[in-house]
Amino acid sequence: MSERTIKVLEINLSEEKIEVHHRKDLNYLLGGIGVASKLFAESVNPQLDPLAPEQPVVLANGPLSTIFPVVTKVVAVFRSPLTGEWGESYAGMRLALAMRLAGFQAIVIHGRAHAPTYLSIGPRGVKFKNASALWGLNVGETGSILRRLEPNRGHRSTIRIGPAGEKCVSFASVNVDTYRHFGRLGLGAVFGAKNLKAIVIHGDKDEPIPDSKAYNKVYRDIYQRVVKTDIMDKYHGVGTAININALNNLGGLPTKNLQSGTFEQAGNISGESFAEQSLIRKMACSGCPVGCIHIAMRRREFGPGYEYESKAISYDHELIFALGSFIGMTSQEKVLDLIDLVEELGMDAITAGVALGWVTEAYQSGIVDEATLGTKVDFDNAEGYIEVLKNIVYPPNSFYATLARGTAAAAEKYGGKDYALTLAKTEMPGYHTGHANVLGLTVGARHSHLDNAGYSVDQKHREQRDLEKMVDDLITEEKWRNVLNSLCICLFARGIYDPETVVSALGSIGINTTAEELNALGEEIFKTKHEIRIKLGYNLDRLTFPKRFFDTPSLTGRLSSENIKRMLEIYKSRL
Amino acid sequence: MLACARTIRRSLSPTKAAIQIRTAGGLQSKFVADICRGCIDAPCAAACRCGALIAREGGGVRFIPHKCIGCKDCVEACIIGVLEFDEDSNKPLVCVQCGTCARFCPHQVLTLEERPI
Repeated sequence: MSERTIKVLEINLSEEKIEVHHRKDLNYLLGGIGVASKLFAESVNPQLDPLAPEQPVVLANGPLSTIFPVVTKVVAVFRSPLTGEWGESYAGMRLALAMRLAGFQAIVIHGRAHAPTYLSIGPRGVKFKNASALWGLNVGETGSILRRLEPNRGHRSTIRIGPAGEKCVSFASVNVDTYRHFGRLGLGAVFGAKNLKAIVIHGDKDEPIPDSKAYNKVYRDIYQRVVKTDIMDKYHGVGTAININALNNLGGLPTKNLQSGTFEQAGNISGESFAEQSLIRKMACSGCPVGCIHIAMRRREFGPGYEYESKAISYDHELIFALGSFIGMTSQEKVLDLIDLVEELGMDAITAGVALGWVTEAYQSGIVDEATLGTKVDFDNAEGYIEVLKNIVYPPNSFYATLARGTAAAAEKYGGKDYALTLAKTEMPGYHTGHANVLGLTVGARHSHLDNAGYSVDQKHREQRDLEKMVDDLITEEKWRNVLNSLCICLFARGIYDPETVVSALGSIGINTTAEELNALGEEIFKTKHEIRIKLGYNLDRLTFPKRFFDTPSLTGRLSSENIKRMLEIYKSRL
Repeated sequence: MLACARTIRRSLSPTKAAIQIRTAGGLQSKFVADICRGCIDAPCAAACRCGALIAREGGGVRFIPHKCIGCKDCVEACIIGVLEFDEDSNKPLVCVQCGTCARFCPHQVLTLEERPI
């Protein structure tokens, strides 16, 4: 399709001005992370703080978004207030669809609104709306009000921050349509610093199919593979939480601040138990036949006199790990109460859970006392953790103000670095599988297990540990995932979207490419991201690894710091 | 929505679908499907004065696009308010009861059934 062009909506919050750019020069980057990396590189200022008004937020979807099965994500790129460097996060639900219906493939936001504002973005323009009545409200109520105020029910997406974002907590999230999030690395704080409470994106644009026969053929082929392969069982059945029992049985489930890789109470909070006792429904992002979103019901008494409420709360492996096993929670009710609070405050669940783990040991070892914390804390004590989480958002003292900048910042100031489970200032996800996991998290662009799947590399090389091959696998995987992420394909479908399938899907809508071109694109994005993060302060020579990672045996045995150092040297030699 | 739009309207946009999935009151509430229920002696057909909508035996309607003048009387007449109008083509988005949406529902939520009389 020769007329194809990437339509970029640029929004200046300070001046309340917008501009639409038709960027044909970005076509070769396809969309998603390819386009977003380039747009971010054009306007980020390494000299300025992550929360400076000038810093950009870039959102992008891709050419296959929602018109092929499981192509459901939108990427956000920003300078992370948690790490100070590269910020990259993905979210699903209806956002990719809404952007498509509004007619924009990328949105760049910079500046700072003079007062609390929300944006209403549609095919016929952008409205800057007063959000003073919404400022201070939690995530749920903000969504309920916006759905009444804005048009195009069913063809829109509402993304918003909670109090954590408003208060610029470094790990505040942006909630997307109630049940998905730009969770990690603090996009919520960037929104808060911009006085941006929410964005509603809606649209009704028609888009005729260029070649119906070719498109339907490829669509049907991919659809059949999606609904007939095991991803349906794994992600729709028990859901991602199936990993709780699986990892626990293998000794790779981070438990009690990674004092252990197994949790004796895992059975209570496993995916199977959640399904049997709390699951009430499942949902899908727009364009996904799988439907991995699992919703639990929490019924609880909120006042005397038989006053009850029920809430429908989404859960996944990472949430049950971070707000469950990692802080020793022994019941589903406690896990759901913590998830609910984190959701309503609008903070990242993984970061919050790992921070609570550090707080617990810091308290036990006398680094911080009860008076400072304002509560007692202990593993399995949900009440104490609820107080701590609230205090992070509304800090009563300098300890909490520091903790609001993340676990690494708190350990740097108060001590306890050995058991602050962060890598490159980013709190660990729910896997303790071995060397490739630890190195992959440290060198990955966004320090996520989703960058390069270190957990899987560990299991593949379990029998014969070849450090060179492990590092090469991590790099190869990260480069290919840059291609998948340029198309914003949900990584749960990575097994289906092999290079051949991606080429035929793109070809069916008139975008001609080859597997070689795709691989070159993955390589280029990998380099672009690395160059930017170096400018933003990421330094491969100054990385540290908390002692706890080496003390507690992983799924593939005990880790050695010598091996990690060797792997890091191999990684550097490959750049 | 996507299956209906691409199969019947040859469009990538779910706004062109005769079936619309919405929530009753936000994503924490139930999903509802706004879709033709195949009325016997369909009121939309009765309201059509140009012969573009004709009631089918057993329920539902047949649509003859070239006869339609875009008056929207059928949209007004739909008792449950699920007949959408497409401003681009100036015609209603009539459900042809083909079952494509049900065929592409992998979780047995949508099914095509004969209306009991």
